[in-house]
Amino acid sequence: MEKNITAPLIGSEIKELKSGDYVYITGTIYTARDAAHKRMYEALEKGEKLPIDLENNVIYYMGPSPAREGRPIGSAGPTTASRMDKYAPKMLDLGLKGMIGKGKRSEEVKSAIVRNNAVYFAAVGGAGALLSKSIKKSEVIAYDDLGTEAVRKLEVENFPAIVVIDSKGNNLYEMVLQSC
Amino acid sequence: MREIDVKTVTENIKEMCIEANHFLSDDMKECLTNAVESEKSELGKKVLNSLEENLKIAREDMIPICQDTGMAVIFIKIGQDVHFTGGNLEEAINEGVRRGYIDGFLRKSVVNDPLIRENTKDNTPAIIHYEIVNGDKVTITMAPKGFGSENMSRIFMLKPADGIEGVKNAVLTAVKDAGPNACPPMVIGVGIGGDFEKCAILAKKALTRNVSVHSDIPYVKELEIELLKKINQLSIGPGGLGGTNTAFAVNIETYPTHIAGLPVGINICCHVNRHVTREL
Repeated sequence: MEKNITAPLIGSEIKELKSGDYVYITGTIYTARDAAHKRMYEALEKGEKLPIDLENNVIYYMGPSPAREGRPIGSAGPTTASRMDKYAPKMLDLGLKGMIGKGKRSEEVKSAIVRNNAVYFAAVGGAGALLSKSIKKSEVIAYDDLGTEAVRKLEVENFPAIVVIDSKGNNLYEMVLQSC
Repeated sequence: MREIDVKTVTENIKEMCIEANHFLSDDMKECLTNAVESEKSELGKKVLNSLEENLKIAREDMIPICQDTGMAVIFIKIGQDVHFTGGNLEEAINEGVRRGYIDGFLRKSVVNDPLIRENTKDNTPAIIHYEIVNGDKVTITMAPKGFGSENMSRIFMLKPADGIEGVKNAVLTAVKDAGPNACPPMVIGVGIGGDFEKCAILAKKALTRNVSVHSDIPYVKELEIELLKKINQLSIGPGGLGGTNTAFAVNIETYPTHIAGLPVGINICCHVNRHVTREL
């Protein structure tokens, strides 16, 4: 089913999302990948404040290529989500509601998705040029020294993604393998 | 003896880095077109259509096909009658990578130390494989390799008794484990034989072979065809979201090996299997 949704996410809308749904996301999302997650995780362990408010927000696991002049961003497709599995449950428990990436997640992440009424989306891996067209604005808001791995605030319009793990814990990747 | 100024190498490598990251080879594009036709899953077809559109945007707007513009892998065949002048060859290759990645707006994805992890900010150093051949030509293949798929690659040190069935199981295991992580439809490079590192290099080299050309060894060709069929029956599908196109091709290279061993290297590549070759 195709759906238009807004970010930050709304709890009641998350409940309606089902594995296999094709969604178009409009609103504000944040990027963070390996190095930014490690830094945020260490900040939390030290009791420091995070550079972004996680409440109801979506993190896109993505590190773009540099933008050419006059463009908001370069190529901007998803990276493999499982590398963030170590950090994701804690972020979900702190209010994160959505993650966009590609590839499998751990059981711990799936459990954290279910207990927090959250959702894991996949964007099409290797379609960074196409996906960049849905990103209208990009601003580095933290960890600038990390280059492509800095935390960015993105304004997206009709950003295409597929619901892989829904709030009930259904997992599209597992469903397609069982159906054969 | 033919003299080649290393500046020529730098200039060519620079251009090849930019070309490889924006324009996919014709054989790969043809695979994608065929997959769009044959795909049985509706969602799978939608993913494949997105990939075709992505290639069009990449070449028309000069946006890299994938944001992971890879680590620069260079295969360089040097004729033994060539004499390089004007500097050090390896430095010239890395200078080409540096200029290509900076001037071409490509992502810098290399860290200086595997554990300290500071970005080198120019995507150097490259991974360079040298080969000395007859003649006075230099052939360079530049293959940017992304790590979503690289991370799913494997080496199996099989026993001779495992035989061809063992090889098939190894490849299918690697592909199943890779699943959606490796951005299917994948291209599977396989190196059989040699030793621990040789099978891995063969597997990487296999990825640079035209995907519409099979091995000229009859049993290897049959193995390529059979494995591709079996992989596409796994129903992983485009993006791992289900479907009949899980891989575009299985390219296998072989090499003599030891009486006690059967090494198998499996280098997995995503649908953006990038490589450009030039002869100097």
